[in-house]
Amino acid sequence: MALVRPGSAQGQNQPAKLRWGELDEDDGEDLDFLLPPKQVIGPDENGIKKVIEYKFNDEGNKVKITTITRTRKLANARLSKRAVERRSWPKFGDAVHEDVGARLTMVSTEEILLERPRALGKAEEPKNAGDSLAQIGKGGTSLKLCRVCGKKGDHWSAQCPYKDLAPQTGPFSDKAPTSDATTAVPGAGKSTYVPPGLRAGAERTGTDMRRRNDENSVRVTNLSEDTREPDLLELFRPFGAVSRVYVALDKDTQVSRGFGFVNFVNREDAQRAINKLNGYGYDNLILRVEWATPRAN
Amino acid sequence: MRPILMKGHERPLTFLKYNRDGDLLFSCAKDHTPNVWFADNGERLGTYRGHNGAVWCCDVSRDSSRLITGSADQSAKLWDVQSGQQVFTFNFDSPTRSVEFSVGDRLAVITTDPFMELTPAIHVKRIASDPADQSAESVLVLKVPQGRLKINRAVWGPLNNTIISAGEDAIIRIWDSETGKLLKENQKEEGHTKTITSLVKSPDGSHFLTGSLDKSAKLWDTRTLTLIKTYRTESPVNAVAMSPLLNHVVLGGGQDAINVTTTDHRAGKFEAKFYDKILQEEIGGVKGHFGPINALAFNPDGKSFSSGGEDGYIRLHHFDHDYFNIKI
Repeated sequence: MALVRPGSAQGQNQPAKLRWGELDEDDGEDLDFLLPPKQVIGPDENGIKKVIEYKFNDEGNKVKITTITRTRKLANARLSKRAVERRSWPKFGDAVHEDVGARLTMVSTEEILLERPRALGKAEEPKNAGDSLAQIGKGGTSLKLCRVCGKKGDHWSAQCPYKDLAPQTGPFSDKAPTSDATTAVPGAGKSTYVPPGLRAGAERTGTDMRRRNDENSVRVTNLSEDTREPDLLELFRPFGAVSRVYVALDKDTQVSRGFGFVNFVNREDAQRAINKLNGYGYDNLILRVEWATPRAN
Repeated sequence: MRPILMKGHERPLTFLKYNRDGDLLFSCAKDHTPNVWFADNGERLGTYRGHNGAVWCCDVSRDSSRLITGSADQSAKLWDVQSGQQVFTFNFDSPTRSVEFSVGDRLAVITTDPFMELTPAIHVKRIASDPADQSAESVLVLKVPQGRLKINRAVWGPLNNTIISAGEDAIIRIWDSETGKLLKENQKEEGHTKTITSLVKSPDGSHFLTGSLDKSAKLWDTRTLTLIKTYRTESPVNAVAMSPLLNHVVLGGGQDAINVTTTDHRAGKFEAKFYDKILQEEIGGVKGHFGPINALAFNPDGKSFSSGGEDGYIRLHHFDHDYFNIKI
């Protein structure tokens, strides 16, 4: 305060103990008596307290500062008397000899989110399927016939979005899947190992799951090391329902590796997020946001 | 939310139970020692040593002074919660599967598995307030007509008038707890098709939820035994819980341990799935376990829940603020 008030006399008149730090204090005290006293009004029944203070501002003018605070009584965590008593119970059984190093109780290093399966209040599934069909079918001609789903004119069978839902057949096999399975089992020479979960007739939950997880996946690179999953979620949530957020962490150090993935429930939302956030400055770095390339199978 | 991981058991978890005040969490596992934890920070308070087999189930009295546990060592034990001392042992001729104190804590229902030539049975024991007067006599023994199939859960109905049982034959039965007469069985066509693994009552006892290996959970009216809701999921359900605060139900499960190595790890679906109780719609999933979820319990205040898995961990989740504002 004293520094910006060159006109104040006290400082100059006492050159003997011209100390910058003390000067400040002296100064304040000397002038404070000029101010009206501090007024405290309340707190009233709503817990509203009004404090009126006066002080000099940087230019030496008198300023009135009114601070209104409301103190709300939180419903204090209601612990029953018995529960409080139990808190001080001595440990027993194996817990007595538990040393601090045992680390039986740990707080997870991973942030777990309640993963939402779909957007708010919408029946998403059919729409999604139609959407991905439309994406692939763009510019399609009527010659295309899909052998997997039987759709005409939309896509080739290789691009069928339901490809991995269909029973697995051998690489060049035109046979029905059932006969394929029977020949593969007794170890026919050319066939490679097929995990039981992927064999024909097995419950196809695995690939189904993967499909959902990789849908509408957006890759975010050039993240700062401090960015965690909740931060990313906060950044991307305004664009639409997010089903998964993942930030790659170094296995040993738990430090972010600088990239992550965000899965959207809707493809349009993901596209909007890409348009908006690619090149966006986040935490001093320029984000790069793009469609994630599908995992190579 | 950052869950608290509690590693007090060496073997898969089997059951979790909060006391009425919600400050203690009891855990049972296939190792022989049930544990008790502080439910806020996950610190271990103590262990109950004495069983000689997997502990399948437990219940705690309303005043949190007595614990009852049922174990595969063919006994059910009463414990002093504070000291971890055994108070009494009920011996049976076959493993005990499910235990529960009645309203008022004067009775306990204990179920026993089929074993050797014994058929499954439901026993009702009187619990004396003074341990010195405790007797091992059964007040009532119900012989259940399901042959070699286990009863996985038996609980008290409203006002202790009835006992509700469910098990491997996938039929829910309601018994008169005075006479032992079979009062009701659920309709075959609307019931479960595979083993019922868990059964949990609503806080007011008006309805209850059953989880089954047929990949569904069903909500039933306690008095009429009519089906109210069905929640379908993608994997067998091992554990169910009902939020006392919001209209949420949680299903836990995952594929059988026997299949884990044969499929993609993500296909295991080892997550606790939240469903809206009324709309039957999935709200979300909480991941984290490395194996199927065997046990689920909601804190009576509805602000945290814990799950116990085949992986031997208990994960205690305190909900984020967002959770309370979820809209469907």
